[in-house]
Amino acid sequence: MRGATHAKWAALATAVALAATACGGGDDSGGGGGADGIVSSSWGDPQNPLEPANTNEVQGGKVLSMIFRGLKEYDPKTGEAKDMLAEKIETTDSVNFTVTVKDGWTFSNGEKVTAQSFVDAWNYGAALKNNQKNAYFFGYIEGYDKVHPEEGEATADTLSGLKVTGPQTFTVKLTQKFSTFPDTLGYAAYAPLPKAFFDDHDAWLAKPVGNGPYTIDSYSKGSQMQLKRWDDYPGDDKARNGGITLKVYTDNNTAYTDLIAGNLDLVDDVPAAQLKNVSADLGDRYINTPAGIIQTLSFPFYDPAWNKPGQEKLRQGLSMAIDRNQITETIFQKTRTPAVDWTSPVLGEEGGFKDVCGDFCKYDAAEAKKLVAEGGGIPGGTMKISYNADTGSHKEWVDAVCNSINRALGNNTACVGNPIGTFADFRNQVTTQKFDGPFRAGWQMDYPLIQNFLQPLYYTNASSNDGKYSSEEFDKLVDQANAESDIPKAVGLFQQAEEVLRDDMGAIPLWYQNGSAGYSERVENVTLNPFSVPVYNQITVK
Amino acid sequence: MGRYVARRLLQMIPVFFGTTLLIFLMVYSLPGDPVAGLFGDKGASPATIEAIKHKLGLDQPLWKQYWDYMSGIILHFDFGTQIRNDRPVTEVLGDAFPVTLQLATLAFAFELIFGIGLGIIAGLRAGRLADNSILIFTLLIISIPVFVLGYIIKMVFAFNLGWIQPNVSNDQLWSEMIAPAVVLGGLSLAYVARLTRTTMAENLRADYMRTAIAKGLPRRRVIGVHLMRNSMIPVVTFLGTDIGALMGGAIVTERIFNVKGVGGLIAESITRREGTTLVGLVTILVIVYLVTSLLIDLLYAVLDPRIRYA
Repeated sequence: MRGATHAKWAALATAVALAATACGGGDDSGGGGGADGIVSSSWGDPQNPLEPANTNEVQGGKVLSMIFRGLKEYDPKTGEAKDMLAEKIETTDSVNFTVTVKDGWTFSNGEKVTAQSFVDAWNYGAALKNNQKNAYFFGYIEGYDKVHPEEGEATADTLSGLKVTGPQTFTVKLTQKFSTFPDTLGYAAYAPLPKAFFDDHDAWLAKPVGNGPYTIDSYSKGSQMQLKRWDDYPGDDKARNGGITLKVYTDNNTAYTDLIAGNLDLVDDVPAAQLKNVSADLGDRYINTPAGIIQTLSFPFYDPAWNKPGQEKLRQGLSMAIDRNQITETIFQKTRTPAVDWTSPVLGEEGGFKDVCGDFCKYDAAEAKKLVAEGGGIPGGTMKISYNADTGSHKEWVDAVCNSINRALGNNTACVGNPIGTFADFRNQVTTQKFDGPFRAGWQMDYPLIQNFLQPLYYTNASSNDGKYSSEEFDKLVDQANAESDIPKAVGLFQQAEEVLRDDMGAIPLWYQNGSAGYSERVENVTLNPFSVPVYNQITVK
Repeated sequence: MGRYVARRLLQMIPVFFGTTLLIFLMVYSLPGDPVAGLFGDKGASPATIEAIKHKLGLDQPLWKQYWDYMSGIILHFDFGTQIRNDRPVTEVLGDAFPVTLQLATLAFAFELIFGIGLGIIAGLRAGRLADNSILIFTLLIISIPVFVLGYIIKMVFAFNLGWIQPNVSNDQLWSEMIAPAVVLGGLSLAYVARLTRTTMAENLRADYMRTAIAKGLPRRRVIGVHLMRNSMIPVVTFLGTDIGALMGGAIVTERIFNVKGVGGLIAESITRREGTTLVGLVTILVIVYLVTSLLIDLLYAVLDPRIRYA
């Protein structure tokens, strides 16, 4: 009878094999080769509707990077902001800007891209009634407090700082000096929008129309999106493949197995568990490049116990008690780089990346112990590092950081992890100032400027200053830097502000996160941009 | 019989409201703010959070939210809108349930055919080699955790042998569903086989069996009708409750094989605190449970004429 059972199994398996081979040919990762080849890429369900000013995460960002082009575009390699639709952006006082939009650009539905397309889009993004999650991007423009008040009803529909002065020109008036403002305009939230967006919003959301190198061919929410190359695209960065198919996966492990099985061409997030096998599985078809993401530990400056004079030594000591090299190697398999400042290597030296932290970011147990003691010791004797336990490998690294601190201080109860069940709960407790100890913080840049790594996080009462760090000197230097029209000088001032941050140790920089990707033998020229999004238009199919 | 069915259907109403209210209360007592979570690590504008909450009705008192939600479901078949990406929940459920139904059907067929088949073999040859090897086989399946079984099947059949695709694609072909269905139905298969074997082995010694054999009935009829019909009652009970478990409890299997079904949706809705989606999912699963348990109770009367419903 055992034989019979085996026979059944064999029959079942044969049936499976036959079915699999019969149906395998119809897979859409096939397509032709060469210039018209279709690239299939892993995807996750976007968290928000695909409106430019409403997309604040990578999955939606992938689509926007293909179907939209803004005034500026960041160079995929250097991160430098280069003119795309902008003919020129002029200013004399760093407050009033005159933008000239290039002639000859259209949306893929044929509509011309004009100054009005930008102004309408920005007004839409800023208005409170549209619930756009990136509305704060327009906060520097005059009149934002009217269209998006902190409390109560909006008293205006449009930003008073935006004026269309000609078919292809408009002016922007800011509320403060901000010399690098033009360089922020490559962010997706500043993309132009066609009339169709406003006329039939639901239809547009079902199948967004933009002005980028790709057009959306079909979109079934929750499973996949097919994008085709737009042949009439007027820009220089035309797509070098026939199209991209984004496929939703339940997690990055299944996507990775599909890549290995040859059903998928590109996985842009290699799971931590597979990092050990990557070189055997993919060889040189694995990319691991720095992205504009930094992880830090924030302190609760709102808690009197953590905001006493002299405690900067405690914070510096804690920073020196963390063995960043060991943790990034053993836990992250080198997909993180130990931090040496509060920005990111993707800025480059010209952009302001510099080893500001120095010895304070190097592991030195003896010095750490001394500084912590001089700083009055850990408030209450034990500190809890709070993190959300539902995503990432936060538990692993927080435990490792605590072990490192405990070892350095020779005290087994100096530091413990404090897991919070869900991200929503964690953020809730962070924003309502519930934590009485350090908590994890991560920052993914919006645009590759040193300003974006400092001002939103450490300026007094800034939008993402969750620890409520405050320093008059830091604020003053940031204001000066924003007013400085000479870019290298402005960067220098930001670096000075960063030195203030170091002397206070307003947050402990841990490591820079890398973007990782793996790709199949079918495709070539795969790179990740500084936002860790694949540069889809450059991918070629063999 | 008719009155019994009517009474059972009426009983479903309080159960339906009770379970949905419980789930509703449980979801809303979870800590955290799902709207603020949408902003990631970045600071959120309090005005935007307020506006989104107002739009979704999350700023209403709890009883009002429950009232609006239930009246939406009953009057308009409207399960509300997801917080996450503004999709109507009916659309989300409409995407996930057919996939899960496909997977559950295959898994159910697998456990039914192979589970009962193995059980009969073992039951008829109780104590002999076939029985013992099936005992070992089922014990093995019961003791292997689902994710281990899933990864082993994936590794062996998809990578080492190359017979199947490792994942279910977006087209959800039946052929791709076989491997996840085997994994999902595996555990239940073992239980079904054990249950069938035990009841059959017991009933073989029953008086009516001796009578049937003594009457000179053919062996096929003795086993196929007299023995099977009496032995199936506990198995049918198990299979019935298992339908609900197959539909809602496939979280691990769905994740391993990239099946975008109900299980994954439930897990995701819990971590994201998507109240409307979760209650909608559970509401449908509750109805599935209620209907299958009614069908099973009715099946008892068919299997055993001594059971009558007034």
